[in-house]
Amino acid sequence: MNVAQSVKSLFLWEFVQAFGLAMKYFFSPKKTLDYPFERGPLSPRFRGEHALRRYPNGEERCIACKLCEAICPAQAITIEAGPRRNDGTRRTTRYDIDMVKCIYCGLCQEACPVDAIVEGPNFEFATETREELYYNKEKLLDNGDRWEREIARNLAADAPYR
Amino acid sequence: MAESSWDLWLDYALWLAIMVGWSLLTLVVLLVLIAFLLLMDRKVWAAVQMRRGPNVVGAFGLLQSFADLLKFVFKEPVIPAGANKGVFLLAPVATAMFALASWAVIPVNEDSLGKWVISDLNVGVLYLLALSSLAVYGIIMGGWASNSKYPFMGSLRSAAQMVSYEVSIGLVIVTVILCVGSLNLTDIVNAQKTGVGTGIGLPASALDWYWLALFPMFVIFYVSALAETNRPPFDLVEAESELVAGFMVEYSSTPYLLFMLGEYVSIVAMCALATILFLGGWLPPVDVAPFNWVPGILWFLIKTVFVFFLISMAKALVPRYRYDQLMRLGWKVFLPLSLAMVVIVAGILQYARVA
Repeated sequence: MNVAQSVKSLFLWEFVQAFGLAMKYFFSPKKTLDYPFERGPLSPRFRGEHALRRYPNGEERCIACKLCEAICPAQAITIEAGPRRNDGTRRTTRYDIDMVKCIYCGLCQEACPVDAIVEGPNFEFATETREELYYNKEKLLDNGDRWEREIARNLAADAPYR
Repeated sequence: MAESSWDLWLDYALWLAIMVGWSLLTLVVLLVLIAFLLLMDRKVWAAVQMRRGPNVVGAFGLLQSFADLLKFVFKEPVIPAGANKGVFLLAPVATAMFALASWAVIPVNEDSLGKWVISDLNVGVLYLLALSSLAVYGIIMGGWASNSKYPFMGSLRSAAQMVSYEVSIGLVIVTVILCVGSLNLTDIVNAQKTGVGTGIGLPASALDWYWLALFPMFVIFYVSALAETNRPPFDLVEAESELVAGFMVEYSSTPYLLFMLGEYVSIVAMCALATILFLGGWLPPVDVAPFNWVPGILWFLIKTVFVFFLISMAKALVPRYRYDQLMRLGWKVFLPLSLAMVVIVAGILQYARVA
């Protein structure tokens, strides 16, 4: 340790430099988002809460092909299919997603041939009980109706890259 | 005979009432001050990391500390099955008590009303040194009584660390005492009315205070104060990344609150001590018209908060020391340096007579 270095460490020279740098950051604009009131941007590809979509005429898109159920790595999806009572077309009689099992990988929406099951932009669906996170077909279709505008916009925005 | 003894008792009662009143006043002011200093600590830390810090409870998060207090008080205190219950509960009380007791001798102002201090002890400095040594007992008791690995290791580290830095802090204080010639804290402040600045013909100013005359000592005192109060970068005792929370791992609820309180009270006491020893206590920075109208207590407060700000910044910008580095700094750098300064200061005072 030479003399210059000793003097520097005696006068805490590096500490003083670090202090100056810290003061620069002290007065710089803050990065904090005031979350419930301010929100960060979301990508159109954001994979949030699931939804089952409908065609514009109100017909549900899902044709019960069970590809999503097959590809789901967490086995969170359970589907039962059968002919519909009034017209005999193949539809799901049961479409359940266990949101607790789901890992939000997005493979179900990749697999879907008719864009029926999608992951929407909503991520604020925390509940107080576990049971509320076992989504059934009714809940998923309801989500689809509620988020259709955002989902359609996101799909359109992402379409050129698919 | 009976009447005079009655008078004596009345005198004692009056004296006791004044003492209790002073103590309560100091306690309330100190605790409220610490609630806001804790918030300031978090805000400073946040600001350096470009965050906003707590800003939800009350305007600008001003009530955050009080919300934390309520949270701690209403939580359930968990006592581990293997813990030594008595010592386990005594430890936080001891820590908080020793920290608060040190405020008994810290003078905050002196004016026409007299000295603003609970007990104007002639050996105030010794009393403070004794109490800061006792503070290690709370930590050792807590670590041992938890009957758990991390707390025990944390408290062992703390014991070694506090003993090491006690030595250098003691020698730093010795240099100041050599210059003053008194162990009374009020006398130490009053001695700083004249010094380097008045020596070269300037009016009494910040240049007279001992931070300039004993410059390297102020640096050593600052660093030792960090180590003595287990603040980062010397928070090996409660290093989150290695010991979870050190000696406080098993604590919860009010006992934990008392530990935190004791820690912050002793930090602020160290800030006040630095203010008294090196920054001229309640003396104004320049003894001219607008500055010396301000009450001394305000100057004392400003200087204490300034030192606290320095300590907060150290937390924000310095990485934690390794244990062997800590010991090397304490024993191989600070001890020889402060010893040499004691000899040099004593020699100058003896032969050059510049006091």
